[in-house]
Amino acid sequence: MDMSFSPEEIAFRDEVRAFIADNYPQELRDLKTRGDMTKEQILMWHRILYKKGWIAPHWPVEYGGTGWSITQRYIWNEECARAETTPLLPFGLSMVGPVIYTFGNEEQKKRFLPGILSGDDWWCQGYSEPGAGSDLASLRTKAVREGDHYIINGSKTWTTLAQHADWMFCLAKTDPDAKAQDAISFFLIDMKTPGITVRPIITMDGGHEVNEVFLEDVKVPAENLIGEENKGWTYAKFLLGNERSGIAGVARSKKAIERLKNIAKAELVDGEPLLDQEEFSTKISEVEIDLTALEFTELRTLAAESKGQGPGPESSILKIKGTEIQQRITELTLEAVGHYGFVYAPHGHERTGNEYVPGPEYAAGQSQNYFNMRKTAIYGGSNEIQHNIIAKMVLGL
Amino acid sequence: MDFSFSEEQTLLRNTVQSFLQDKYDFDTRRKIVASDEGFRRDYWQQFAELGLLAAPFSEEMGGLGGGAIDTMIIMEEFGRHLVVEPFLETVVLAGGFLREGGSPAQQEELIPGIIGGEDIWTFAYAEPQGRYNLADLKTTAKKDGDGFVLNGYKCVVLAAPWADKLVVTARTSGGQRDRDGVTVFIVDKGADGVSTRDYPTVDGRRASEITFENVKLGADAVIGEVDKGLPLVEKVTDQAIAALSAEAIGGMKELNEATVEYCKTRKQFGVPIGKFQVLQHRMVDMFMAYEQSVSMTYMVNLKVEEEEAERKKAASGAKVQIGKAGRFVGQQAVQLHGGMGMTDELSVGHYFKRLTMIDTQFGNVDHHLKRYSSAA
Repeated sequence: MDMSFSPEEIAFRDEVRAFIADNYPQELRDLKTRGDMTKEQILMWHRILYKKGWIAPHWPVEYGGTGWSITQRYIWNEECARAETTPLLPFGLSMVGPVIYTFGNEEQKKRFLPGILSGDDWWCQGYSEPGAGSDLASLRTKAVREGDHYIINGSKTWTTLAQHADWMFCLAKTDPDAKAQDAISFFLIDMKTPGITVRPIITMDGGHEVNEVFLEDVKVPAENLIGEENKGWTYAKFLLGNERSGIAGVARSKKAIERLKNIAKAELVDGEPLLDQEEFSTKISEVEIDLTALEFTELRTLAAESKGQGPGPESSILKIKGTEIQQRITELTLEAVGHYGFVYAPHGHERTGNEYVPGPEYAAGQSQNYFNMRKTAIYGGSNEIQHNIIAKMVLGL
Repeated sequence: MDFSFSEEQTLLRNTVQSFLQDKYDFDTRRKIVASDEGFRRDYWQQFAELGLLAAPFSEEMGGLGGGAIDTMIIMEEFGRHLVVEPFLETVVLAGGFLREGGSPAQQEELIPGIIGGEDIWTFAYAEPQGRYNLADLKTTAKKDGDGFVLNGYKCVVLAAPWADKLVVTARTSGGQRDRDGVTVFIVDKGADGVSTRDYPTVDGRRASEITFENVKLGADAVIGEVDKGLPLVEKVTDQAIAALSAEAIGGMKELNEATVEYCKTRKQFGVPIGKFQVLQHRMVDMFMAYEQSVSMTYMVNLKVEEEEAERKKAASGAKVQIGKAGRFVGQQAVQLHGGMGMTDELSVGHYFKRLTMIDTQFGNVDHHLKRYSSAA
């Protein structure tokens, strides 16, 4: 057991730190809130990393990965969080990308991986349906083979950023008679195909991140089927395992705690910083300790992964604890800003230019951020489902 | 010992309920929130006609002679419908100041405007540096002949965009956080030197930042005694906490009912999700949090007229209970509704947001835990 960085690793850290400092765009540094980003801004950092060759550190080298060690990847994530770079979209890089290079054929790899790496193709996730949330296997979208293509009918929901998407990876039933897990196939669908309608869902914080996607007689070429027909559930579960391991968000939570402390330094209680109030600083310490534990749990998982184990069902721990910590930090941040938590900060799509958002800059949008982060315990397999996974797969109950 | 309501109180509840059932369904509320003005002036008039704005005032003041329990009933029903109109600000807060501290002349002049629905009021007390300390004031009122000159800044003044008149706290002597030297004033929102900037709040209401610049006030603008206003402010805000507790239990009741209903009908894995024990126990915890909050709401409304130490403990205790319970019930109602709970379309998120912000009003859980300890 050894936690210290080698001289080479320290040199690597200095290198990536300098790269971020020199290359992270001013335009993104100037953004006040994340919700306001345009499509181009969301992709800006992605394209810079693509040019540098650092866009997919977790991919195998043959497909465009960096060949970094687990420690180097850890350092990279830490440095990105430290510099508060905009998060990269997971749909291509972390979700469908690994499915394609693991289960796709050579042609599919050639056709789709370059667009994921360059950012030219924006992907969205066609998993959940109105009737199939936690019980994903009960989905009802149907794909029927007709000659050299499939006809797909159904609807998907909670589709994040589908309003910008070029492609959707989509689960659909291909065998009406088999039991759910043997009836599902995994398709790649061009969002420009006739018959696809995207309808926005506004969330309680006022934002537009998620959508409903309706599919009506959508014609999908048979070559866009991943792997074998009716084996899609295997690929879907593989993807969900990856989704969970990325979900811990340790480095970002560290940064969020740092921001929380700065806010608590600026906010006053009877003329003294809120941070000096024992009852408040104790709460920050508690969440910080939880986060330290999670950080080491994640490092243990990564270390096991580097020896070819996992990510197994243990990754559910990262999802549960990671989201609980993220939620707790936003809750404490809202608490810290006091009265100004009342202020509604309009989202990009609502702006007219005349909005008035009073209070310190750090307070703007904190209540909405707290409301928005309630989603984390619901998406990616709700935290209740994650408990079931651990109970069944780890404890054998 | 009797926790039942009188015939008059039951009648009052029925009146409020039938009005809101007819005219304040969730879609109507959504339209009200989205409208330019952000509240319904005609509804405010109807509240006056129904006697709601008169309920807590004594008969001598032209009211119906109800008390805290009547206010509690109205606020609980308002909480169930997420009513945005400024009942708390006008009737409970400004009305409370006039009732508890106003001179007979002030009462005679100003209470009829509240009862009749002509005047909307709010209470401007919060300042950015002051957080929840009601005495931490940078706003000053300096003696000027017979009257005062008011200067300062008040933040997040809820309902101020709708208000005609303001109750304002200012320092007339002493240091920034001294208990002595606080005075309560009546200020016309339209007076020279008062400027406001309005904005929407996350819970569907409106608020203003208010600047006072050399606002001239007469001696008759003072409510209660000069320099001795803090005990009055504490008493009236404790009454407001009692009313807010009632609003909160109204919201929690709706969330719990909606959640149980959803879990009975939403099917996953071939069964209603309410069949899963982990969710059953969660809903039982939500139910218990609600019941404990109802108890604390009754307690504080029964004790809000008691002597100071007892009243403070009651109010702070209730505020801690509804702060914690509101957070738990709100968060779990969203969680058990899954993605649907996150949407703007369903009412669940709107109750959750309101319950969240109730914790911020007049001091959050931490603030009231401390206040409770120091009063105990």
